[in-house]
Amino acid sequence: MIQTTQLSKKYGKAEVLHIDSLTIPTGQSFGLVGNNGAGKTTYFNILLDLIRPTTGAIVNHDIQVNESEAWKSFTGSFIDESFLIGYLTPEEYFEFIGDLRGMNKADVKTFLSKFDEFFNGEITGKKKFLRDLSKGNQKKAGIVAAMMGNPQVVILDEPFANLDPTTQIRLKTIIKELTENREVTVLISSHDLTHVTEVCERIVVLDKGNVVKDIVTSTETLKELESYFSV
Amino acid sequence: MISHFLNLEWKQFFRAASFSKSLGAKILIGFFGLYFAVIFLFMGFGGYFALQEMYPDKDPLFVANSFLMYAIVGDLIFRYLMQKLPVMNIKPLLTLPIKKNKIVHFILAKSSLSFFNIMGLFFYIPFSIILISKGYDVAGVLGWLFSMILIIQCANFFNFLVNKNNVVFSGLVTLLILGYLVQHFNWFDLPGFIGQGFDAIYQSPFLALIFPIILIGLYVTNYRQLRNEIYLDAIISEKTKEVNASDLSFTEKLGDLAPFIKNDLRLMWRNKRTKSSIWMLAVGLLYGLFFYTNPMYLKLEFMYVLVGIFSTGTFLINFGQFIPAWDSSYYKMLMSQNFKYERYLKSKFTIMAISVVALFVLGIPYVYFGWKILLVHFAAMIYNVGVNTHVILYGGTFNRKKINLDEKAAFNFQGTGAVQWLIGLPLMILPMAIFGLINWLVSFEIATLTLAILGFIGIALHKKLMAAITKKYITNKYIMVHAFNQEN
Repeated sequence: MIQTTQLSKKYGKAEVLHIDSLTIPTGQSFGLVGNNGAGKTTYFNILLDLIRPTTGAIVNHDIQVNESEAWKSFTGSFIDESFLIGYLTPEEYFEFIGDLRGMNKADVKTFLSKFDEFFNGEITGKKKFLRDLSKGNQKKAGIVAAMMGNPQVVILDEPFANLDPTTQIRLKTIIKELTENREVTVLISSHDLTHVTEVCERIVVLDKGNVVKDIVTSTETLKELESYFSV
Repeated sequence: MISHFLNLEWKQFFRAASFSKSLGAKILIGFFGLYFAVIFLFMGFGGYFALQEMYPDKDPLFVANSFLMYAIVGDLIFRYLMQKLPVMNIKPLLTLPIKKNKIVHFILAKSSLSFFNIMGLFFYIPFSIILISKGYDVAGVLGWLFSMILIIQCANFFNFLVNKNNVVFSGLVTLLILGYLVQHFNWFDLPGFIGQGFDAIYQSPFLALIFPIILIGLYVTNYRQLRNEIYLDAIISEKTKEVNASDLSFTEKLGDLAPFIKNDLRLMWRNKRTKSSIWMLAVGLLYGLFFYTNPMYLKLEFMYVLVGIFSTGTFLINFGQFIPAWDSSYYKMLMSQNFKYERYLKSKFTIMAISVVALFVLGIPYVYFGWKILLVHFAAMIYNVGVNTHVILYGGTFNRKKINLDEKAAFNFQGTGAVQWLIGLPLMILPMAIFGLINWLVSFEIATLTLAILGFIGIALHKKLMAAITKKYITNKYIMVHAFNQEN
């Protein structure tokens, strides 16, 4: 469970995020949508303790993220390409992350074999550095790395952007499988309303840092969101 | 149209994200440029008289001519190593309504004004002025100068045609060495022979007209080649090399530090910026030769400390001063991963400590200059491991500048701030001062021992020091995450 209370982030006088209360129960697939500057990435950055909140706090499975680092052992994330180490090959990168998450080489191999289809032969065995891969392929590597080591919380910022249609569909399947047993909480932000309504059971709309909508996904959700954004 | 291009160039220079931040570095580079310009000017004005003195029975101009082969071939080699046609930044222009011909002409014309072409003028022009003032035939000297300027331009365009072709490069090097050898052993005076060609230009200046023809030929060839290749899949593509992954499993012995150490080894080997710093190791290691071969320095015992600290600590200083900025491009990821910060710093410490010991071992041959030197180097090694590693790790908490690993190291001051310079002082000056003082007051042995003991104290306190340093890193975490996120 991820609890957010009285959270705000200000830069000077400008408030970029203000969430009084938001609770994400364990096992939920949670979608965050909003226009540019709505505060989606800021929220994720605070959740990952990469920036400090001005007020309030986020508690991730009973651990307040800016007080203790214990959340790191069960939280996997991919925010942007700066999460990749450009001078490593994808294999080396997975091995590195695996090492940090307590997986040995064999574990990493078994884990990666589940993603053969997702990788579509473009990631592993290519003898290329991550920095030389296309944006989409970099993203694939980053998303998979975020799922290493059986995390209980997976955070993906804009996972669908830059991916080809086939991979988008495969990613949706992967996310659905991940939340199937209701043990892994998945947080996704996206600009793409169709994708996010398809995989997320709950969608929160942010606007200028405030929660303006909190919807349990239904068949009507996409329409509702489209009409909200087509102002 | 040209004004558009020039406008873009101007903005590119002044609006580069690094401009205001690295203004100091730019000034420094400018200073180097100025330094060379002044040296060339000096050679240009003084060259005539120097040659006259060295070869009193010969005409200085003809002597200079007989050296020109070296200058021209050397220039080509230098260009081969340093100069590249700047094609990448025309990418955004390709889809705009600008004729490709114009773009190509612009890049070529711009290249002819490059630094490499200007520098030579600082020599040739004053040299010609002196010649004329000494009563040489004005038409002859002007013809000669004209030829020189055009030869520089020809070299410029020739270099782009060669385009990093190794065969041509080895040909040039061979020519240089061969020319020297045949001259040295009096078989055939190749440089002199070429020099006679230049003598002829002075005597009959109309011969200089051959160079415009060559230049036009080279320009047109360049133009044609470029015109056909400004496509994204031709010259305007960045080539990706296949990876040669080396087996680093030997690092597994280092236990839970292994993943970080493996990364650091790869970091150093696979990035332009770090790769060129590896050459610095050789410089640092051989640094002692500069001092020890000079009997004057050999008498100054405190200089042994400087050499000892520097030669065993080159890696420590080069690598250590940019911790944790080396990892700046993925610092966010590291900070959200599951590991103790101490482990990360410990890996950096280990890699530095190993390098210090390894460099000491490689420097053992310095014993040739006296056992005292080896003794001081040994003490310096202990001091480096015990004190300097911790100091430099502590200094790392002040790092606020991102490092772009893909850029080369020479003249690259990215990531450098005042801290880097300040931290250098205690690293080298402090041990030198301590040693010098005790050596002067007590004795050489005690002074050496003091250095070593200071090092041992540092090693004994390692755990405590690391804990304090780690704490400092953790307090600075958000500032560093934020700073490393900024392009500079």
